[in-house]
Amino acid sequence: MSLPPNVSQTAFDAAVKAWRESVGKEWVFTEAADVALYRDAYSPFYGEPEERLASAAVAPSTVEEVQAVVRAANQHRIPLYPISTGRNLAYGGSAPVHSGSVVLDLKRMNRVLEVNERNAYALVEPGVSYFDLYNHIQKAGLDVWIDPPDPGWGSVIGNALDGGAGWTAAPFRDHFASHCGMEVVLANGEIVRTGMGALPDSKSWQHNRWGYGPWVDGLFRQSNFGVVTKMGFHLMPRPDAMQMSTVTSAREEDIVPILDVLNRLENMHQVNGSTQIFGGRAGGNGPMWTIQVPIYGPEPVVRAQMEYAKSKFSAIPGVKFTDGELFRTPLTQEQMSRVRLVNFGIPNLSTFAMLGRSPANPDPAGGHIGFSPIVPRTGESLLEFRRYFDEHVIKATDNDLGIQGPVYMTCWDRTLVCLIMFPIGRDKARNAKMRSAFERLVKVAADHGWAEYRAPAAFQDLIAQTYSYNNHSLGRLRETLKDAIDPNGILSAGRYGVWPKHLRKV
Amino acid sequence: MARLLIAGVLVLGLASIAQAAEPAAKAAAPSGQAVYEHWCAPCHAPGPGHPGTQSLQLKYGGKTPPVLLERTDLAPQAVSVFVRQGVLLMAPFRKTEITDAELAALSAFVAKNFKSK
Repeated sequence: MSLPPNVSQTAFDAAVKAWRESVGKEWVFTEAADVALYRDAYSPFYGEPEERLASAAVAPSTVEEVQAVVRAANQHRIPLYPISTGRNLAYGGSAPVHSGSVVLDLKRMNRVLEVNERNAYALVEPGVSYFDLYNHIQKAGLDVWIDPPDPGWGSVIGNALDGGAGWTAAPFRDHFASHCGMEVVLANGEIVRTGMGALPDSKSWQHNRWGYGPWVDGLFRQSNFGVVTKMGFHLMPRPDAMQMSTVTSAREEDIVPILDVLNRLENMHQVNGSTQIFGGRAGGNGPMWTIQVPIYGPEPVVRAQMEYAKSKFSAIPGVKFTDGELFRTPLTQEQMSRVRLVNFGIPNLSTFAMLGRSPANPDPAGGHIGFSPIVPRTGESLLEFRRYFDEHVIKATDNDLGIQGPVYMTCWDRTLVCLIMFPIGRDKARNAKMRSAFERLVKVAADHGWAEYRAPAAFQDLIAQTYSYNNHSLGRLRETLKDAIDPNGILSAGRYGVWPKHLRKV
Repeated sequence: MARLLIAGVLVLGLASIAQAAEPAAKAAAPSGQAVYEHWCAPCHAPGPGHPGTQSLQLKYGGKTPPVLLERTDLAPQAVSVFVRQGVLLMAPFRKTEITDAELAALSAFVAKNFKSK
């Protein structure tokens, strides 16, 4: 058994004893084989000294048990690293950022506490996956949708807290933005409820997210200021219909007016689905650009809005608009077999079919990590990003590392999330080349004014350092908050570049 | 006897409440099929959109069935090793996801057609 750094055997034993008494000895893992299950299978340092490893794990099943675990950790100064379902693959999985931390595994807190159909919201615990919430709603026959991200086994709370996005309509696919109210256990074991939840016996905790006074929910996103034990989410009432039409064009420069029209339609909420942009490469017989344009809502409204969108796109010279099939919900089995299920609120794992062994990739490395800088959603920026990719990925690596991209994702309005995927496996020399390419891309992107929105553990410091305006004043503000809220620095040390005082590099 | 019956009713009553509140609560004797359907089927069920099935189809080129439940060469121990060690992009499953008792039931269920050579 390994010890957390700077923790004595006596202190660690005392904490383990307290945890066993609180959660039951079968839910405190100190044997090497059990702790190894918390390794990040997609770590870019897998099997190397720099790999971030847990020293132990503890798995409470109630908020009272979370309080007891955190209090003992605070008393004995043991670093904890909370995870929800531990399936945040490509962003650290179930491994800590600070090596030697004890993973606080919340998977057993798997209760769907409420799904309200009339006001369309849910209240869940961290161990609830998108599959769990979907199955609960289906079983209860409720007429609401969830908004799943690509992999359905992730935590609804964990994905929102890590800044994830899904594939149905705005505003639901911005998972943090669609949350409403939290319950948080602070480092001293105290429970805080945010928004309207601070009112004892509140009747509107999941109805109104703002409450009264300074809003603090954002402090718990991509952070280490508390352990979120409950979270509310607004859900979309099942839309009657969805239509996905297609815009194509043959010329590279057409992307400029196409994105201007798309932005206008999205910013007016005429197009509310998650659009997709494909292409941008010369050669082949297909069009240069293909843009998918989905609209959700009542059928007559969808048809009217699609006609409006068609008129705007068709006004661009050389651009072709093709009406797509209109789907009425719920889908038939036949329809479900040929659509992208996440667009219809149905969680699944088919995304791994693209990332795993496939005809195009018969010998995959195994895992992957992503670098996804946020770029303004304009055609000029997209073309600038493509030049950056060509120069710093294709030319710089002779295209022999299998780095894939860019994928232009439009999950959030006004932005392009430009995803670049790095295959990660068990070949250390190859992983080192990936890391080197990743670091170079982060630095060059920052020189262009672009930065990542979410990162694997190994690169969270590097990316936090790019947000350096006014001598890192934002980072210093976060450190001030960290020191006030978690003075012993026991929670998720290093997460998203925020370190407690005793581990801070001057 | 009456007391035992009452205790039994109470226990059953509590179990049904717990199931309502805890959809993934662990039953006393885990069902290997239920564990399979929750944790394995999203990747290993038949048909397109199942990455595990797709991967095994390409790996074996049809010489071995790509669908796990159609395999006759998987011993229970092999199933357990894959679950706890992972393979390629399938990360290992922790004991808070699949307990040892559930893993035993799952392994027996997936390996039900196992024919040792």
